[in-house]
Amino acid sequence: MATKGTDLATLNTHLRREAAASATAEGLQYLTFILAGESYGIDILKVQEIRGWVPVTKVPNAPFFVRGVMNLRGAIVPVIDLRLRFGLESVEYTKTTVVIVVTVRSEHGDRIIGMVVDGVSDVLNINNPADIKDPPDFGTAVHTEFISGLVTIEDGMVMLLNVDRLLSIEEMFAMESVRPAEAMHT
Amino acid sequence: MAIDIGQFVQTFFEESLEGLDIMEAGLLALPPGAAADLDQVNTIFRAVHSIKGGSGTFGFKEVTGFTHVMETLLDKMREGQMAVTSEAINTLLQSVDCLREMLMAVRNNTDFDAPRVEELRERLVQLLDQKKSVTGAGNRCTTAIQLPPVLADGWRISFRPHLDLMRSGNDPVRIFRELAALGDLTVRPDFSRLPRLAEMQPEDCYLTWELELRGSATCEAVAEVFAWVEDDSDLTIEPLEELTVPDPAEQEVVAENAQQGELLLDRRGNDRRRTDRRSAGAAADSGSIRVGIDKVDAVINLVGELVTTQSMLSALGVDFDMNRMDKLHEALDQLERNTRDLQEHVMRIRMLPISSVFSRFPRMVHDISEKLGKQVELRLSGEQTEIDKTVIEKIGDPLVHLVRNSLDHGIEPPAERGAKPAMGTITLNAYHKSGSIFIEVGDDGRGLDREALRRKGLDAGLLRPGEDYSDDQIYELIFHPGLSTAKEISDVSGRGVGMDVVRRNIQDVGGSIQIASQPGRGSKITICLPLTLAILDGQLVSVGHDCYIIPLLSIVESVQIRAETVNRVAGKGEVLRFRGQHLPVLRLYEQFGAEGAVTNLEKGLLVVVEADGRQVGLFVDDLQGQQQISIKSLEKNFRRVAGVAGATILGDGRVGLILDISGLIRVNNAVT
Amino acid sequence: MATILIVDDSASMRQMVEFTLKEAGHQVMVAEDGVMALGLAKGAPSDLVITDINMPNMDGITLIRELRALPAYKFTPILTLTTESTTDKKMEGKGAGATGWIVKPFNPEKLLATVNKVLG
Repeated sequence: MATKGTDLATLNTHLRREAAASATAEGLQYLTFILAGESYGIDILKVQEIRGWVPVTKVPNAPFFVRGVMNLRGAIVPVIDLRLRFGLESVEYTKTTVVIVVTVRSEHGDRIIGMVVDGVSDVLNINNPADIKDPPDFGTAVHTEFISGLVTIEDGMVMLLNVDRLLSIEEMFAMESVRPAEAMHT
Repeated sequence: MAIDIGQFVQTFFEESLEGLDIMEAGLLALPPGAAADLDQVNTIFRAVHSIKGGSGTFGFKEVTGFTHVMETLLDKMREGQMAVTSEAINTLLQSVDCLREMLMAVRNNTDFDAPRVEELRERLVQLLDQKKSVTGAGNRCTTAIQLPPVLADGWRISFRPHLDLMRSGNDPVRIFRELAALGDLTVRPDFSRLPRLAEMQPEDCYLTWELELRGSATCEAVAEVFAWVEDDSDLTIEPLEELTVPDPAEQEVVAENAQQGELLLDRRGNDRRRTDRRSAGAAADSGSIRVGIDKVDAVINLVGELVTTQSMLSALGVDFDMNRMDKLHEALDQLERNTRDLQEHVMRIRMLPISSVFSRFPRMVHDISEKLGKQVELRLSGEQTEIDKTVIEKIGDPLVHLVRNSLDHGIEPPAERGAKPAMGTITLNAYHKSGSIFIEVGDDGRGLDREALRRKGLDAGLLRPGEDYSDDQIYELIFHPGLSTAKEISDVSGRGVGMDVVRRNIQDVGGSIQIASQPGRGSKITICLPLTLAILDGQLVSVGHDCYIIPLLSIVESVQIRAETVNRVAGKGEVLRFRGQHLPVLRLYEQFGAEGAVTNLEKGLLVVVEADGRQVGLFVDDLQGQQQISIKSLEKNFRRVAGVAGATILGDGRVGLILDISGLIRVNNAVT
Repeated sequence: MATILIVDDSASMRQMVEFTLKEAGHQVMVAEDGVMALGLAKGAPSDLVITDINMPNMDGITLIRELRALPAYKFTPILTLTTESTTDKKMEGKGAGATGWIVKPFNPEKLLATVNKVLG
């Protein structure tokens, strides 16, 4: 079931319900989204909400994949372009482009960070944790350090992301000098 | 009924700490040797007395024990039985410190320095003993009733109240009721004292009683019942030797149960108190603020006005037509006024008088000047100047450092002060000026040693040999990490870590610091702080596609410039000749990598800003509007960004970044 | 239930006494010193007064004397809050017209027991 980015209100309600269920359910639940044709999943308990893309305020001297900061009900929240973060080719944002707002654990406390993805697809239920396979050492577009596992579904494969690692501000700035060229041609 | 007294512990700590401040101020104001000012001593006494009472109630035994000795000493002073010596004052001052530590330790549920407490207690006792040997007066202990030490089957009580017993609000019936709760009570009234009706005073107590109480009540328990009236009556309590059969004709009151008596004697509850203390300690960490009721009332009033405006707007909204446009504008104006007033008053709730910071200095100056053998008078002014709570919390340590510096390095020992009075002066002054708060720390000491500073600057490579430097440039060096002009290291100011940390702390709260000094006449350090941290007036400026906010307070002026007035100076970047001085020009679009910005100096605008006494021209595309902005943290979800002090939400809901003027000037200086 | 006037310059004491008595269902009037208490007393009668002795503005002893001079407070029980160390104060209070005293430190149970004892 693919969900249109414009129907965000329904999606968020759905999300909250799923997250509430997930907190008590025995299985694991992941929100899946699309990025350059590939499916990725993040722990639904990490997801705060999903928003449509709106222009953000640029932050000077930040890494190129930091699009800027947005106003999330009065809080200043950085927005990361996940394509750029992964070293993928950037595209024009469209109506289906969404920002997934997640909670990221860091040594400076929890941070709220938005990440821009091509579009969200569904909530994935994993009843048996054994279905999650270790990530391969190579062959993915994404650095394997950000991937916590792989799950095979009917029409393909979902890469489960470790957002705490992926969206660590400290790491982003540590690799500031590392330009995307290397990652881009992986 | 079980009542958790832990909930009042927080109030106890607050008032106790206040009490300690009162004691400290009072003790410092007591002239040693002179006959004690009764009022002053009484105020100090009252403070320690309250702490003692509270600590007893809340079960902090160590505090009670310690305050008891202090209280006794102060009581003697108050009664004029003991001289107010400087030794006594100093011991009491140290006791105040000690007590403060004890209270903090108890509050945080940590250990305090027990040996120190004991040592001070000993010294207080010694002081008391000295006094005793002079007057020879001991404690008077009065007990009207001689208590038989034995237990008995019961007690025979003869109770003959004085005529005026009831005038103290006491009531024999109440006493009997209480006794009845302790056992089987037989009451036999004696009418022999009754006068004739015509002579009877209705307010007098004529009856006397013979009572018999059977049961296991102790003599002390019985005596306790009569404790309030023992001076208003003739009372004997004797053990019952033989059982007598009660006469049924006698008036008889039978106890229903003995619960009340047991409650009175209950000595348990220590364990529970200990638990209370722990939970109270945890609660004490939450930040709280004491707000004057007038401030709260002002806010409530404004909310009232806001409600009125809101209903006015609601009414307008029903069947609105264009004819009522004027009314709408009027109501919207009113809404704007209400909002602004409300904002201002709510911010005022966060404002506290700076006296809470200043108050620690009399003591500090007293102690340190004594230690250094210097004579110093501290003059405080503007203590009632109000300042944001957050700023108050951050400004304390820097001020302590500055005052210590003045004491240690500024003020000379009496012999070296030459024509100046032997008594040096340190001034602490706070005042509001044009939307900022200024705090000055001044002294009439030796002033900064310009030559020593210059040499150190040269040694450290901060100055170039053979070049002329202004006083300001030289004095500025004291803020440089690692430079200290003190010839010797002292345990008062230490060395090295200091003024740079002071400046950083002040900059962290959006303030700036400046120094002025005259050789032989003294120094004055001026700190400029924002009135409040949370809200500021901002000037929006556009740079390419982006928009930034400059705090209005730091803007000197905005000017259009001619290209030929700007020179590119080797190693110093661009400099504008401006009003007779050279003003560095900082192109914001370069600094921030903004796209689509105006690059031609004549097409844009130069905003001259000032911080830490230095100016720089920020080159921007254009000015946008001005607005009041509330400062939001960029660091919470992201990180600190060089040149940016924080963020805010603009009128259209987008995020705007606030420029860190002080930081930008520093960066510019480092570059040039 | 009774109306009780509490007088103490210590906020924590006031709070504790007030809370305890209100929990027990009493009506409570609170004053920070003797002057305030006297003002309250002149405005309304009460069934019991509990006062600290050592207070600024007007101390407890003076307050008791002033209260006893008011017709409405001639026989009203008045208890002083004293510490063990101030035996003289108990007697000074009695001399001024106090009914009795409550020795500090006290816990809520003890306070209520004493209040019940006075109110009957």
